[in-house]
Amino acid sequence: MKAVDFDYAQPATLDAALELLAREDVMVRPVAGSQSLGPMLNLRLAQPELLVDITRIAELRTIRQEGDRLVIGACVTHARLEDGDYPDVTRGVLPSVAAVIAYRAVRNRGTIGGSLAHADPAADWVNVLTALGADVVIAGTGGRRSVPMTDFILGVFETALQPGEIVAEIHVPALSDRARWGYYKVCRKTGEFSHATGAVLIDPARGVQRCVAGATSGKPVVIDGPALFADGCTEAAMAAHLAGSPAADDPIALRTHTVALKRAIAQVMS
Amino acid sequence: MSTHAKTISLTINGTRVEASVPPRQHLGDFLRERELLTGTHLGCEHGVCGACTILIDGEPARSCITFAVACDGRSVTTVEGLDDDPVAAELREAFSAEHGLQCGFCTPGMLVAARDVVLRRPDADNPAIRTAMSGNLCRCTGYVGIVNAIRRVIDARNTNAG
Repeated sequence: MKAVDFDYAQPATLDAALELLAREDVMVRPVAGSQSLGPMLNLRLAQPELLVDITRIAELRTIRQEGDRLVIGACVTHARLEDGDYPDVTRGVLPSVAAVIAYRAVRNRGTIGGSLAHADPAADWVNVLTALGADVVIAGTGGRRSVPMTDFILGVFETALQPGEIVAEIHVPALSDRARWGYYKVCRKTGEFSHATGAVLIDPARGVQRCVAGATSGKPVVIDGPALFADGCTEAAMAAHLAGSPAADDPIALRTHTVALKRAIAQVMS
Repeated sequence: MSTHAKTISLTINGTRVEASVPPRQHLGDFLRERELLTGTHLGCEHGVCGACTILIDGEPARSCITFAVACDGRSVTTVEGLDDDPVAAELREAFSAEHGLQCGFCTPGMLVAARDVVLRRPDADNPAIRTAMSGNLCRCTGYVGIVNAIRRVIDARNTNAG
C-alpha cells in the first residue's frame, strides 16, 4: 500500500508545469487533489517517475463568467463548487452534483479537472458535464484547444488528452430560465462509486432534450431527443441504446441503468 | 530511502515543522512515523474508510491519499491538536455518553469528520448526519451511537445559541 519512489515538482506557473509534463526522459503525470490518483499510486496501479502537482497554479483555481458561460479552472475543488461562491449559471446543477461526490473530506481536495482527466465512467462530472454540453479546454506546450465533452471522454480512463497535455478549464454553458434537469445515481453506499448514473437536461430555449446513461463501463451514452421521456425509458429501449456496452448483455446492469435514468427523468417531469 | 527527498515546512498542531520527506510518503505515514502522532489511524490506505481523516488548513482531508510533500506551507491539525477545541471536547463527551465507540480505531477520523458536520451543518437532521458521516466506517457500533452523539452536540449548541 505504498506508492513507488517518484519525484515531485510543484510549479507555480502553467508554462513551467507544461514544460515538465513535456519531458520524454521520465514517465511523468500531472496531479491535482490526488483523490483518484492517490489510491492508484498507493495500490501501484500508477507508477510514475515524476508527479507534477498543478494545484499551486493560480489561474487554474479561478471561476469566472464569460458571457453566457461559466469558466471553471481545472483545480477548483468539488467542495468549492458545492459551497457555491460563484454565479451559478446552471440553475443548481453544479452545487447539487458537487455535494454528492464521494465525501466532504474527498471533496475538499478533489478537483473538477482531475476528475475529468481521470475519466472514471462512474465519476459525476464525466456524466453531468456531458449532459450540460460543456467544453474542456486543454493546454499543452503547443497551445490550447477546446474539445466538447462528448469528444473528450473516449472510454474507461481514456480521454482526448495527448501526452504532455492537461485540462486547463471547463466551459459550462448557461441554462435558460425554463431549463429543467435531473440526476440520479445508483450506489451500494452513499458516496461510493456509481453502478448506474442517469443525467437529464431539458432546455427548450436552446432546443436541448438530452439523456445521459453513465457508469456503463464505457464513455457516457448520450441519447438526444424526446424518445425516452414520458414512458419511453423502458429496458428494451435502453438495451438498444446501450448496445455494444457490457451493460446491455447483463440483465441486472440493464435494469439498474434503466432505473437510474427513469428516476432522473422523473425529476424533470415532476 | 528515496533519492528524491524534498524539504517541506508546515504547521502541525500549531507548531512549525521543517522536514525532509520522500515525495511518495503520504501524510498519514509522515504524521505517525516521523512526528509520532499516532492518533491518526490508517485503515484502508486508499481513501475509503476515513480513519485517517485530519484537517488541512481547517478542512477535513484523507491523510492516506494526500502526500506530505503536497502540504508544504499548510497547516495540519490531527486529533491530538483538538485537545482544546471546544467542539471536539463536546464531541468526546457525547461519543462517550452515547456509546459512539467501542474499539476506538475509527474514532480519530470520526471526531474530525463529526466536528466538520457540527460546524458546517448545524441544521442537519439525522439522515443528513448519516449522509455527511458516510465516508467514515465503523465496524463496532452500527453507527447509532455515533449519530446520537453528533445529534446531542448539535442540539446542545442550537439550544445554547437560541
